[in-house]
Amino acid sequence: MASGLAGTALVSLARPVFGQATVPALTDYIPTAFSAEEWAFVQAATSRLIPSEGEGPGAAEARVAVFIDRQLADDFGTAADWYMKGPHDPGADPLLGFQSSLSPAQIYRDGIKAFDDWCRENKGAAFAELDPVAQDASLTALDGGEVNLPDALRDFFDVLLQNTKEGYFSDPRYGGNHGMSGWVHIGFPGARASFLEWNDPAMDNVAYPLGPVSIAGERT
Amino acid sequence: MARTDPKKDVVIIGLGWTGSMAGIELAKEGLEILALERGADRDTVPDFQYPNVADELRYGVRYGFMQKPVNSTLTLRHGTQDTALPMRHLGSFLPGDGVGGAGVHWNGNTWRPLAEELRLKSYVSETFGAAIIPDGMTIQDWGVTYDELEPYFDRFEYMLGISGQAGNIKGAIVPGGNPFEAPRARDFPMPPLQMQLGPRMFRDQAEAMGLHPFPMPAANASEAYVNEYGMQLGPCNYCGFCERYGCLNYSKSSPQTCILDALKRYENFSYRTHCEVLKVELAEDGKTATGVTYFDESAQEEVFQPADLVIMAAYSLHNTHLCLLSGIGEPYDPATGTGVTGRNYSYQMTGGTSAYFEDVEFNPFIGSGSTAYVIDDFATNQIDFAAEGFIGGSYINSGQSNGQPIRSMSLPAGVPAWGAGWKQGVKDWYGHAMSVGSHGSNMAYRDCYLDLDPTYTDKHGRPLMRMTFDWKDNDIRMTQFMKSKIEPIVEAMNPTSYRSSYKAAGSHYDVRPYQSTHNVGGTAMGDDPTTSVLNPYQQAWDAHNVFALGAGSFPQNIQYNPTGLLGGLAYWTLDAIRTKYLSNPGPLV
Repeated sequence: MASGLAGTALVSLARPVFGQATVPALTDYIPTAFSAEEWAFVQAATSRLIPSEGEGPGAAEARVAVFIDRQLADDFGTAADWYMKGPHDPGADPLLGFQSSLSPAQIYRDGIKAFDDWCRENKGAAFAELDPVAQDASLTALDGGEVNLPDALRDFFDVLLQNTKEGYFSDPRYGGNHGMSGWVHIGFPGARASFLEWNDPAMDNVAYPLGPVSIAGERT
Repeated sequence: MARTDPKKDVVIIGLGWTGSMAGIELAKEGLEILALERGADRDTVPDFQYPNVADELRYGVRYGFMQKPVNSTLTLRHGTQDTALPMRHLGSFLPGDGVGGAGVHWNGNTWRPLAEELRLKSYVSETFGAAIIPDGMTIQDWGVTYDELEPYFDRFEYMLGISGQAGNIKGAIVPGGNPFEAPRARDFPMPPLQMQLGPRMFRDQAEAMGLHPFPMPAANASEAYVNEYGMQLGPCNYCGFCERYGCLNYSKSSPQTCILDALKRYENFSYRTHCEVLKVELAEDGKTATGVTYFDESAQEEVFQPADLVIMAAYSLHNTHLCLLSGIGEPYDPATGTGVTGRNYSYQMTGGTSAYFEDVEFNPFIGSGSTAYVIDDFATNQIDFAAEGFIGGSYINSGQSNGQPIRSMSLPAGVPAWGAGWKQGVKDWYGHAMSVGSHGSNMAYRDCYLDLDPTYTDKHGRPLMRMTFDWKDNDIRMTQFMKSKIEPIVEAMNPTSYRSSYKAAGSHYDVRPYQSTHNVGGTAMGDDPTTSVLNPYQQAWDAHNVFALGAGSFPQNIQYNPTGLLGGLAYWTLDAIRTKYLSNPGPLV
């Protein structure tokens, strides 16, 4: 009984307080889906897709890389919901949709390796070790199809960019949008889901005044 | 080995809108009914409850309430000479699964067809001459008229509880409604929803240009409501989580909010989830069905369920797939133009213009799936097809349904897709964008159809269904016509900038971006058994105790969202079963 009570006390201490979600520092985060090199790449690449400079959080502040790591370890990463039976024709007309035999987690793994090889050959170092100008140029080449990835990996950039935006704007329960900073940046109120009194012509052109809430009840 | 369960009077395949309607209407007759649903059970609590359902990633992006392609998908190709490939993850359309089906996650736009659309081939021929119908276009009449269906549209709208404004009551045009709609017996059961600024700006501009804006008919309650089954809806709170979500507020009409709790009180009705029907079994003479075989996931075995009456109420594509697998109707062959099952598949042609206003705050997260103003001035019955060179039409609307930022981030031309410019762009423009869209018809063609794939199989080893479909010149001309009507309205609203997206000449169907879940046809209804699977009562020509409900019955698509029409057709058919078929089973035509 006593140990049970002690356990309860510990749990309540660890519970996030509104606006003060307690999570380990990014440098202490141990990725589930990624090796150390892959983790370095994902942090570096997402930080160029949504940079820290300028107004609003970057991917680093929003912990987008944590989101991607957790997604790749989950059903999304393993393509658990997708039809993955062969035969596969990854070079088919792109209008017919995703035809790779690889799951998103495998696309990241092989895509990072192939892209890092390209960076070494063309820019002199792995992506994460390049300066931001060279990183942007490399991502532009990847985005533009100039990296000549095999067909099975041709969606690599699109998946990376899509997941980056997901990690910036999805509920914080998934590890990204840390502190709801992505929502604060644009003025999205999150999971409030009730606006009856604000759906009124008297409120025309008045920006909604309340900050976001998360599904867990956090507020800014 | 397969087990055989005790016989039922009725087996219903699928427990979405039409399956639920069939369940309650036939339960009232005292019949023993079993509904088989291949997905999970779902109810408002706990599945749609606040705050868990307000989760864009889980439901909006990862399709939490949709079918999983690992369990069910189809293959696609553009032409009859191409190799079809599987839809490996969802994109262009999002079939629902589980109890409630797509009725859980729709927006609620609820339309009747135009009277002319139900006799399209006749209307075109009489008005413009049959010679304007292009070679290869296989449009048909439905075999049932608007006037015959009117009482059933009315009943469906009052069962759902539609918020709207009538435009034509018994031939009298009502200000503020759609003056181009066919006559209705009475007004909608509830007044229109309160609209947001963007839709009202569109309304004002359209009115100033002599057009006729009216509120979208909405299955989102504008006030408290009780329907014929005693089911209660509460007023919508404009939470911004309609499309792809179950309603957390008991406001959006769904099988859960409108039928299921009433249906579950009938002791002669039962339903089983995680039970996928594999085949409708036909008697040796092929003239009737003896029941269905399904896979019971909990028992991990096949079950033969005998029944006197089989109601196919799965999603349109799955009704067609089951007919193909079961030998209901001769499979369609585009080479010869013979056969019926899989024939006349069609889709929906949409386009739109996004407008950006730097000084206007739209609060885009406030809305419902159907808060929109619409004009029908360019409807199918308002266009001179001979002069314009196409057959079809669109409604044009401006709505505000959600501001969920992963999916609903419309950015002006010049904002990059990533980097510092994107980050600045999302701050500058989220909240300052609105759009005007065109939701249009899609005609049927000889080479757009559904059959069984020769290569790919599902988890039960059955062939996947194969879709052969591409855009045609006629429909592209229609959407380009709508562009020429929408852009002047948007320009006159004086936005900071705008950008348009309409299919251009030579466009091919792209299965990746979401377009609409309005897949229709495949089990077309009609009065000619050589061009339809179902007679005008949605009864299989080939097996009189099999009825198929849903948008699979459409011989080509209408310009509107399909639910109002498929709901009206379902009540029409169920009434015929109750009043004619049960006392004298046999072909109703």
